[in-house]
Amino acid sequence: MKLLKNLTLGVAAIGMALTATAASAFEPSKPIDFVIMAGKGGGADKMARLMQSIVEKNELADKPLVPTNKSGGSGAEALTYMSGVGDPDHSIMVTLNSFYTTPLRQPGLKVDNMAFAPVARMAEDTFVLWVHKDEGITDFEGFLKEVKSRGNKWVMGGTGKNSEDNIITDHLNEAYGLDIKYIPYKGGGAVAKDLAGKQIQSSVNNPSEALGFYESGDVIPIVAFTNERLPMFPDTPTLNEVSDEEDFAYFMQRSVVGAPGMSDEAQAYYTDLFTKVFESDEWQKYKNDKSLMGEFMSGDDLSEYWGVQIENHEKILKASGAIK
Amino acid sequence: MDIIPALMDGLWIAVQPHNLALAVIGVVVGLFVGALPGLGSVNGVAILLPFTFVINEATSDPAAPMIFLAAIYYGAMYGGAISSITLGIPGASTAVATTFDGRPMALKGQADRALVTAAIASFIGGTVATLFFTGFAPLLSSVALDFGNPEIFALMLLAFATFIGLGGDDIPKTMFSIFFGLLLATVGFDTISGEPRLIFLNEREQAAVLGMVGADPEAVPFFDSVAWFSRGIQFLVLAIGVYGIGEMLWTINASRYKVTMTETTISAKRIWAGIVGMKDAWKGTTIGSLLGFFVGILPAAGATPGSLMSYGVAKMTSRNPRSYGEGNPDGVAAPEAANNSASTGAMLPMMTLGIPGSPTTAVLLAGMVIWGLEPGPRLFEDRPEFVWPLIGSFYVSNLVAVLVNLAFIPLFLAVLRMPFTILAPVIFVLSIVGTYAAYDNMNDVWLMVLFGFGAYFLRVLDYPLAPAVLAVVLGTTAEEKMRQSLLLSDGDFAIFWNPFFDRDGKGQDWWIAPITTWIAVILIALPIVLWAVRKMRGGSSVEA
Repeated sequence: MKLLKNLTLGVAAIGMALTATAASAFEPSKPIDFVIMAGKGGGADKMARLMQSIVEKNELADKPLVPTNKSGGSGAEALTYMSGVGDPDHSIMVTLNSFYTTPLRQPGLKVDNMAFAPVARMAEDTFVLWVHKDEGITDFEGFLKEVKSRGNKWVMGGTGKNSEDNIITDHLNEAYGLDIKYIPYKGGGAVAKDLAGKQIQSSVNNPSEALGFYESGDVIPIVAFTNERLPMFPDTPTLNEVSDEEDFAYFMQRSVVGAPGMSDEAQAYYTDLFTKVFESDEWQKYKNDKSLMGEFMSGDDLSEYWGVQIENHEKILKASGAIK
Repeated sequence: MDIIPALMDGLWIAVQPHNLALAVIGVVVGLFVGALPGLGSVNGVAILLPFTFVINEATSDPAAPMIFLAAIYYGAMYGGAISSITLGIPGASTAVATTFDGRPMALKGQADRALVTAAIASFIGGTVATLFFTGFAPLLSSVALDFGNPEIFALMLLAFATFIGLGGDDIPKTMFSIFFGLLLATVGFDTISGEPRLIFLNEREQAAVLGMVGADPEAVPFFDSVAWFSRGIQFLVLAIGVYGIGEMLWTINASRYKVTMTETTISAKRIWAGIVGMKDAWKGTTIGSLLGFFVGILPAAGATPGSLMSYGVAKMTSRNPRSYGEGNPDGVAAPEAANNSASTGAMLPMMTLGIPGSPTTAVLLAGMVIWGLEPGPRLFEDRPEFVWPLIGSFYVSNLVAVLVNLAFIPLFLAVLRMPFTILAPVIFVLSIVGTYAAYDNMNDVWLMVLFGFGAYFLRVLDYPLAPAVLAVVLGTTAEEKMRQSLLLSDGDFAIFWNPFFDRDGKGQDWWIAPITTWIAVILIALPIVLWAVRKMRGGSSVEA
């Protein structure tokens, strides 16, 4: 494996001019463990692998990022792994909102979010309510009517229990007196596939996850859970527009964190690395194409943002009865 | 677009010098990656992914990077069989089933024949799958969409039903083996609830238990069981333990210090004899090609379950099931045809639905996104200049792979000329290195050794091991799909067996899951009933 890796790197180095800068004091001395807190094929996975390839393609790091999916237990597997990792300076992770919710739900894991190194927030992902075109639903009012008429036979698929998708589903059930059944899946890709196959009736996938089936016309967007309409779906209203008393918008962080115990030098190195990724044409294009929002954030700003988010999620999970 | 002219165009681009060269390099790399225990197609593809940017820029052919990676994928499927047959250690998880009969064939001095059978069966499997792919890709992707949670669970049940036949006559021991495998599959974090299972005690609990038995908790070091088990039991760790270490211990026990050497000679004539001998393996090849492809196109499965299920079905439908496990060419052909067929099949949901059907296709999917392609329902219409040369390359790579593989057989056979006293340490070292290389985790190595000893003792006690290995592979998916289905039905098992069960409030009928379930139930019940009847008639173990 090592031999193969070295061979590849050697060939790649010959093939391309080395442009890596060596400004910071810390340099990785071995391949970087790049943990993905979700399953294969979902939004987080696609994004992590895109980041990895941007780093590889533009020769931004001397050592490769080696992606590993640790999807178990809504991110619990990844969080416990990162908390106990032997070499925090070579371990980074792509996170989403289960970064907040999983430790809140499972205090037994003894994971401290704030101990993770705030490397970079790369974007905030958005959520859209999707239904299959064959349901004959075109707007939110129609959605409410149809869901009510099915009693408890309306199924929402989502990624993981008490995850972002679950939180939005709970909100819809509570605010509109619905009885939507929520079924957790391993990743957003599987959810998108089951919605296209009419195995489930709706999803709150991120645009990046549902885009393929949207373009083929299988699924249609009903409302966006954002403050303003998404440029990609200009005809799709936000939930706040269609409902009088609503003030509900929900976003998901797409951030890179360092393992607890990472040195300041290493953190500075990775922040610098992901700043370059963020500024690359590939990332900016992806961000636009997939309706991602949010500005770059790192260091104390990111820690502060986490503090607010953790507080909000504690309120949401308490309200839904997921935690006491 | 008409398929034939599009395919001809694609084939023409695929045989252009640069693409042909990429296919040859890819196949050779894949062959060795597959043959090394612990490294499989997923490692090979992931490691060489960055190299495709160079290819992309050098050739400006949109399909070239993918042709290279797909060739590695195929090469690895061929290569996995090599160490399974010559060393008895599965080269990759996709080749575990190949050890069942490939190793016994090698021990009988038929290693050359086993290798030729594996190569030809792989070729047929890959080609059959590519033909299906060419003709019916859009249609088949809609079949994949029709398989929801209850359907996939029913299919898993069918797979378990074929295991009953795998364990031989002793049904209770086979059942024990299956349940033990299922138990191992539950270790780690649960997808549905997010709770950890069977990862044992945390620090406080361990201290409490030690206190209860009167030991001093301070004196006993804390065993970090979370770090060991939170990832679950990795399938490859179990497989290498059982078939590498376990098999080696068994051979030492069986040979009792006698130095044995496997007789092998090789010549073009013997390779030809092997090719002619394929007539004894056509059945396994057929089953593997068809079943492997079907399992491959279902997201959530992939080549490993495909090959194991094909082995089970081949054995179950055989007129002489007892010859399986003793070196039956059909037992080599079925899994080998299946893993190639399934790996082509797994490309289908990846390309047409954007859903990876196997770990390797997940990496390929990421590659496509990076090269600016959008895998999904519109790929075939939007990007024919990518799709058709790639499909063309499937044919080319398969042909290249079988030729390269046959050419390398003398080299692989040299391994077998080593006496067992040398081979045993080699197997031991390769098992350890392979386990470590797979996940970079030392705990896995200890677990692997533990599984090896466990497997040896179970084998001494005459427990069949294959059903346990299969249960570990399918257990996780089966459990997840069963629980998702039961959430859907509010806990009502009727969703599996009753076609009129109303899933979505629209009063539709659902036939696929119930039919599959009923077939599975009959397959499970039949041998158990026969076994019970035999027992009652006086315990004769002669087959009815």
